[in-house]
Amino acid sequence: MTWENSAITIAVFLPLVGALVIALVPRQLEKGVRALGIVITGAAMAVAVAIALTFDYGASSTLQFQLDTRWIPAIDARYHVAIDGISLPLFVLTFVISFLCAIYTWRFVPSPGKTKSFLALMLLLETGMAGTFIAFDLILFFVFWELVLVPMYFLIGIWGSANREYAAIKFFLYTLFGSIFMLLGFLALYFNSDLGGGRHTFDLVALQEFGASGGFSNSLQLVVFGAIGLGFAVKVPMWPFHTWLPDAHTEAPTIGSVLLAAIMLKMGTYGFVRISLPVLPYGAEKYAPWIGLLAAIAIVYAALACLAQKDLKRLIAFSSVGHMGFVMLGIATLTSIGINAAIFGMVAHGLITGMLFFCVGSVYDRYHTREIAEIGGGLMQKLPYLGGVFAFVAIASLGLPGLAGFWGEVMALLSSFSPAEILVDAGLTGWFRFFMIAGGIGTILTAGYFLWMLQRVNMGNLPEKWKGEAFPDVVAIEWVSWVPLLIAIVAFGLFPRLLTGVTQESVDALSSLFGS
Amino acid sequence: MNQAIDYTAILPELIIAGTIVLVLVADAFLSPKRKWLTMWLAFAGVVAALIATLSLVGDERNTFTGSYVVDDFAILFKTFFLVVALFVLLVSLRYFREGPFYQGEYYFLLLTAFLGCMMMPSSRDLLLLFIALELVSAPGFLIAAFRKSDPRSNEAGIKFFLFGVLSTAVMLYGMSMIYGVTGTLNLSEIGDALSVALPQGQETLVLAAILFIVAGFAFKVSAVPFQFWAPDTYEGAPVPVAAFLATASKAAGFAGLLQLMFVAFPAQYEVWTPIFAALSILTMTIGNFVALQQRQIVRLLAYSSIAQAGYMLLPFALVSADPSINQDAFAAAVTYIMIYAVMTLGAFAVVIAMARESRGLLIADFAGLGRRAPWIALSMTVFMVSLGGIPPTAGFWAKFLVFQVAIGRGGIGTTLAVIMVLNSVVSLYYYLAVPRQMLFVEAEDQRPLATPALATGVAVLATFAVIAIGLWPELLAHFPPLSTLVGQ
Repeated sequence: MTWENSAITIAVFLPLVGALVIALVPRQLEKGVRALGIVITGAAMAVAVAIALTFDYGASSTLQFQLDTRWIPAIDARYHVAIDGISLPLFVLTFVISFLCAIYTWRFVPSPGKTKSFLALMLLLETGMAGTFIAFDLILFFVFWELVLVPMYFLIGIWGSANREYAAIKFFLYTLFGSIFMLLGFLALYFNSDLGGGRHTFDLVALQEFGASGGFSNSLQLVVFGAIGLGFAVKVPMWPFHTWLPDAHTEAPTIGSVLLAAIMLKMGTYGFVRISLPVLPYGAEKYAPWIGLLAAIAIVYAALACLAQKDLKRLIAFSSVGHMGFVMLGIATLTSIGINAAIFGMVAHGLITGMLFFCVGSVYDRYHTREIAEIGGGLMQKLPYLGGVFAFVAIASLGLPGLAGFWGEVMALLSSFSPAEILVDAGLTGWFRFFMIAGGIGTILTAGYFLWMLQRVNMGNLPEKWKGEAFPDVVAIEWVSWVPLLIAIVAFGLFPRLLTGVTQESVDALSSLFGS
Repeated sequence: MNQAIDYTAILPELIIAGTIVLVLVADAFLSPKRKWLTMWLAFAGVVAALIATLSLVGDERNTFTGSYVVDDFAILFKTFFLVVALFVLLVSLRYFREGPFYQGEYYFLLLTAFLGCMMMPSSRDLLLLFIALELVSAPGFLIAAFRKSDPRSNEAGIKFFLFGVLSTAVMLYGMSMIYGVTGTLNLSEIGDALSVALPQGQETLVLAAILFIVAGFAFKVSAVPFQFWAPDTYEGAPVPVAAFLATASKAAGFAGLLQLMFVAFPAQYEVWTPIFAALSILTMTIGNFVALQQRQIVRLLAYSSIAQAGYMLLPFALVSADPSINQDAFAAAVTYIMIYAVMTLGAFAVVIAMARESRGLLIADFAGLGRRAPWIALSMTVFMVSLGGIPPTAGFWAKFLVFQVAIGRGGIGTTLAVIMVLNSVVSLYYYLAVPRQMLFVEAEDQRPLATPALATGVAVLATFAVIAIGLWPELLAHFPPLSTLVGQ
């Protein structure tokens, strides 16, 4: 075992081991449990950062830190993990966000307590999420993919707010519904793959080669792309499969919402980029305009829905649907710019929306309400720092140039002006330009609802009822868990090359399938 | 004709038979306060039989002129039944000791039923299959009604008995017709006789006979529309007996069905695969949808076991002319049955642990168990998630293997896989209802639950098994090749 082939495994399974350790710590050592949570996620993050530092950026389209070993020979499933330019940003993001969440938990454990179970589930979730981004075997991918379901179900169901049971089961069943069709799709890929001599494979690299060489018949690609795409589409979530998201986000505890928004939604979009597009290029080509259409609807629909929200958290949740719409629009163009935009959008949305949910959680922690009308304005007067951070992040989210949110959106719109050659050849340019216009309108509406939200929450005079309350402003532990995100939002906004430089090479290899 | 009996081959059965007699005799001489010792006597006998069975691994023996075979398939199932027997015995001790039961008789009857289970996978002959099946069922009728003062237990026994006898009669009728056509009782000889073109009139006769036999076994595995007895019987019977009926008894039914379909009747697959497809779809769908409305945990598990039987019947519907698919289907069914039994047995162990405090065994009684008995709650959560088929638990791989064969088969297989997938999603709703109650709802009564050590131990052990197989499914691949029976 060398660093090269064991690093990923260590990073992914460290949280799982940590979860077991935490389960064994006596319940009385409350502070000890929280500290342990920080130590474990910190250690896992250190490994992930070390991977990022030793990653060979000159060859970012080749699989690095690869380990391909036997797992279940009986069904030809292998333990194949690796990392490339597309995986790396999301992989590192997972560990960073989880670490910051653990820090946040040092002070904020949602009711009804049970810190041990809370942290253990969070760590289990971390393993599942991180594993999804590095699995190069379809069965391994599926196991990691499903691993997130149970912990998230309990995070929402035990620590959520009033309507938590409904939200938890809806989240669970909806996601399961999608993903289990995905499993059937994977099996169909397996049986239709051919390594010669009647041997089949679940290996993603082999399947990509087989798919790129036209191994899968067109009719099969259409069916399988639909089955697999359903699993991803629910997770993203694409309109009209998004209805679980506002409920789950609204009811989940702060940490749950942050992890859900920042990382879990990316599993769906990542799946499109990693599996659907390269393995099923013909399916991708035929579905692309439909994905683009749904994405355009999502952008406009989410913006309109946001304008109608009364609950702050629900508003942010709907804004996620819109932002993921931009990501999907980028993917649908099948161009290098578009897919780069998508990955940029994923990371930016992870940082920004994760941060927004932190802010809303902290507002709720003070006000004990999320109703915009209840809060009634004057946040800047009452809590200037929290108000300032909230305003900053909201503006980042609406896509102000110079901040991270800008690049994903503008590149997605740019790419839909001139989609991939095969889409142009199919005479779809007009459609994609129409999507671009819809997306453009969406950005205006997005700016509108965010500014309106700030006007109602941040501005105005402080209502009488809050004047007597002694709310603490942003406390130290909040600064510690937020500052890294705030810095990253600025850094990626000013230097987009930080991210596109990593993804470019892998994305080019992928988009060359579609003639651009 | 060589009449010598291979005693080594039937040693495990002989040990169990001896133990049965010992238990009955010991019961007569033990004072009422010490009757529970018969459990440990039975336990020791099962352990000895298990050792004897394991010593046969790798052997290929047959006796009674080839109608009683000990091969990989038989040894696998025997080992499985004996392990289940150990678990059922352990969870029975406290339950029967504390209630107004005739303990010695119970262990005597339970072991007799397990003797039938053990004979089932070795019986390669219609008559022996019938005897084995009756040996499983008859004691079952009695112990289902073992809560003698409770009318519901009486109802459980009577219902089970009437349905059982009726289906046995139908099955026996079918068997007699097969004998009439082929002139033999031996399964592989029947298979040979039926693989050639039959005269016009006999064809129909054989098909009717297969239908009758399938109906008889469908009762045993509680497939729709022969499932009516199951929920009432499970609910009325003592909980350990329900655990036995849901696991060993059902698995015995499947062991017999597998041999019949894959050895005696493979040539007629075009006729019976649609029947199994219909049985499978109906069983899983009705089982799942009725389970959604259950408020009582044993009834929930009963409907869950019906739904799961639907998944186990699915591989039968995939049989085709391609022997490699048949082998995979066979292996998938066997694996599913065993994994299902571990999960269900664990769930019943939890229910038994609960039974002392909660007479009605309502799901609502599980409220706050996460705090009152964290280990039990954790185990139950794992079983429910696993029964729902979520990775990384054993239940996922069980379902995965079935999906894999179904998709690989294509055609009807894909349709069946999609229906099973939809059913799995529905099932999660009621499976998760139990953890929801345990973890999301706080109990009024916060004191720790006094859980019997043996039942808890069994539950925790089963939890480890479910997770270990979930993380390392390769454990299953170390089973001997299961396909020895199929596809010559």
